[in-house]
Amino acid sequence: MLRIEGLTAEVEGKPILKGIDLEVPTGEVHAIMGPNGSGKSTLSYVLAGREGYEVTGGSATLNGVDLLALEPEERAAAGVFLAFQYPVELPGVGNANFLRTALNAIRRGKGEAELDAMQFLKLARARLKELQMSEDMLKRGVNVGFSGGEKKRNEVLQMALLRPSLAILDETDSGLDIDALKIVADGVNALRAPDFAALVITHYQRLLDYIVPDRVHVLMGGRIVQSGGPELAKQLEASGYASVQAAA
Amino acid sequence: MTAATHSGAEGFLHRFEGLRARLPGQRLPWVQALRAEAAERFRAAGFPTRRVEAWKYTDLRPVSEAGFEEPLTALDDGEGLPTARCNRRAVFVDGRFREDLSQLASSPFAIASLADALPQLESRLGELARPAEEPLVALNTMLFEDGLVVSVPAGIDGGVIELSSIASRSERPSAFHPRHLIRLEAGASLTIIESASGPANTRYLHNPVFEIVLERGARLTHARLQQEGGRGFQLGTIYARIEAGGVYDNFTLNAGGKLVRNEIHAVLAGPHAACHMNGAQLLRDGQHADTTTVLDHAAPDCASRQTYKTVLQGKSRGVFQGKIHVHQVAQRTDGYQMNQALLLSPEAEIDSKPQLEIYADDVKCSHGATVGALDADQLFYLRARGIPEALARAMLVEAFLAEAIEGVGDPTARAALEEAVTGWWQEKAA
Repeated sequence: MLRIEGLTAEVEGKPILKGIDLEVPTGEVHAIMGPNGSGKSTLSYVLAGREGYEVTGGSATLNGVDLLALEPEERAAAGVFLAFQYPVELPGVGNANFLRTALNAIRRGKGEAELDAMQFLKLARARLKELQMSEDMLKRGVNVGFSGGEKKRNEVLQMALLRPSLAILDETDSGLDIDALKIVADGVNALRAPDFAALVITHYQRLLDYIVPDRVHVLMGGRIVQSGGPELAKQLEASGYASVQAAA
Repeated sequence: MTAATHSGAEGFLHRFEGLRARLPGQRLPWVQALRAEAAERFRAAGFPTRRVEAWKYTDLRPVSEAGFEEPLTALDDGEGLPTARCNRRAVFVDGRFREDLSQLASSPFAIASLADALPQLESRLGELARPAEEPLVALNTMLFEDGLVVSVPAGIDGGVIELSSIASRSERPSAFHPRHLIRLEAGASLTIIESASGPANTRYLHNPVFEIVLERGARLTHARLQQEGGRGFQLGTIYARIEAGGVYDNFTLNAGGKLVRNEIHAVLAGPHAACHMNGAQLLRDGQHADTTTVLDHAAPDCASRQTYKTVLQGKSRGVFQGKIHVHQVAQRTDGYQMNQALLLSPEAEIDSKPQLEIYADDVKCSHGATVGALDADQLFYLRARGIPEALARAMLVEAFLAEAIEGVGDPTARAALEEAVTGWWQEKAA
């Protein structure tokens, strides 16, 4: 269970999150929707531990572990996975080497045996196939020269390999065509399990047609202003964020 | 034992006077003349100072103010000699060839010690070296005692040979000036893996000069691992002439030493010749490394590629000076030069001076330089995937260097370089 209480954070001295309260029970997928500048990406970076996002109050725990006290890599080992809105290119770092290094770091953290190159390759091939991705993806530099869709699929591939207990998808749908969107959604849906939770951050309702959330929260002005079932997303699509603002 | 140790140029000239009757070739008039002329040049020029344009960023005072003596003909057993990477190796201890430590029996072509072969080298020694222009080459010419002489006959693939230089442990600072002559006849090929190392706490000067001639269509891969001891100085100069269709592929790793200069003068002398000069400088606190290249495109349709990467930690300083001179005759030249530095510390400094002189009109020549720190977004991305910070940094540094190392075609040479880079990083992390 992800439990966020009274979380406030600022960037370069400017308050962005102004008191977030949110619970995502294990086994559920929650969506966070909101207009640009509402604090969606800040929330995801604060949870993942990015430098420059200063927490000024409140708490965030995952299955009882205080996330805010941990380094980014320790959060990953604790089960947090952030699928980036803009995956970073790493020229000179081979994707296979990157994926195996990450997987083994996570496995070490869990006290599991590391995988050798052959074991890793077998596992990676299986996941690639599920995601309808070419094996060439392993040979290339991480995200280097990848199309927008390939980058997002590479994020989902990492998620499928690392098997986090909490996935945070930060506008994973941006820049995706409908086919890529379906593949990404299938990847997330395949991970749905009683020991997995996801926070799907999106501006548009479109992604939620494919990843149907258990709950939808509306983030505006650094606070959650409304929560509801999947129907809330459709309502927002029809009447826009202005209606929520008026109601709030 | 005499107590007086002269320092500076004076010290070396003094030693030359004392040694000249005992240096190799003392009975060969042409060697005597060569040495005497070089001594005059060195006497006139002295050690270059920073007022000389080519030495603007590298201050040689730590070398010129130190006193050196001639190496003892030590009963050194080759302590500190790295493990051989292939089955043919020439070992030099304090600049002198050591047959007992070398393995050259299986060579199908001529490999000799310069001291032994000297009577046959009148046409080759000094063929390319320019003691009048480069004072350190004058110093080498005045005092050379030994070196490696390799000649690969036409059409022969010479495989891989290793050239290992080590400095012996000594109480007394010593200086040695080997001269290496490499010649590949038409269509021949060879890979040389050169390593230079020394004990951590001995002060010494290694001042090697290479003269490399690649005849028509010959190919030489020259991988250099400079891992001199922490108080060692290496001031190396390479001259290479590449004739039509020949390829010189040089990669220099500068990882050791207190103060190091890697100076390369390459001439593309015939059409369709190519020269690749790549390298990496990995510097820790207190180190200074300078790579200076001078490339002459003196024939049409030649290609040159240079990629140099410098990683700096602590208070270290890196220098890159790269001059490309495209002669009027060198139409359709394809030149590329890139040098990039990664500063891991706010105290580190890099000086970069690319220089293009182009006198031909149909030329494709590009160059660039970048300086930066590790990218915070890249670092966060790796860490967000569970990779610990130290490992994430190592991955990004290796990635930074990868582009330069990937260009090394020979797998043995490439593996040796990769191993040296990994070793450097692990030593740092330890």
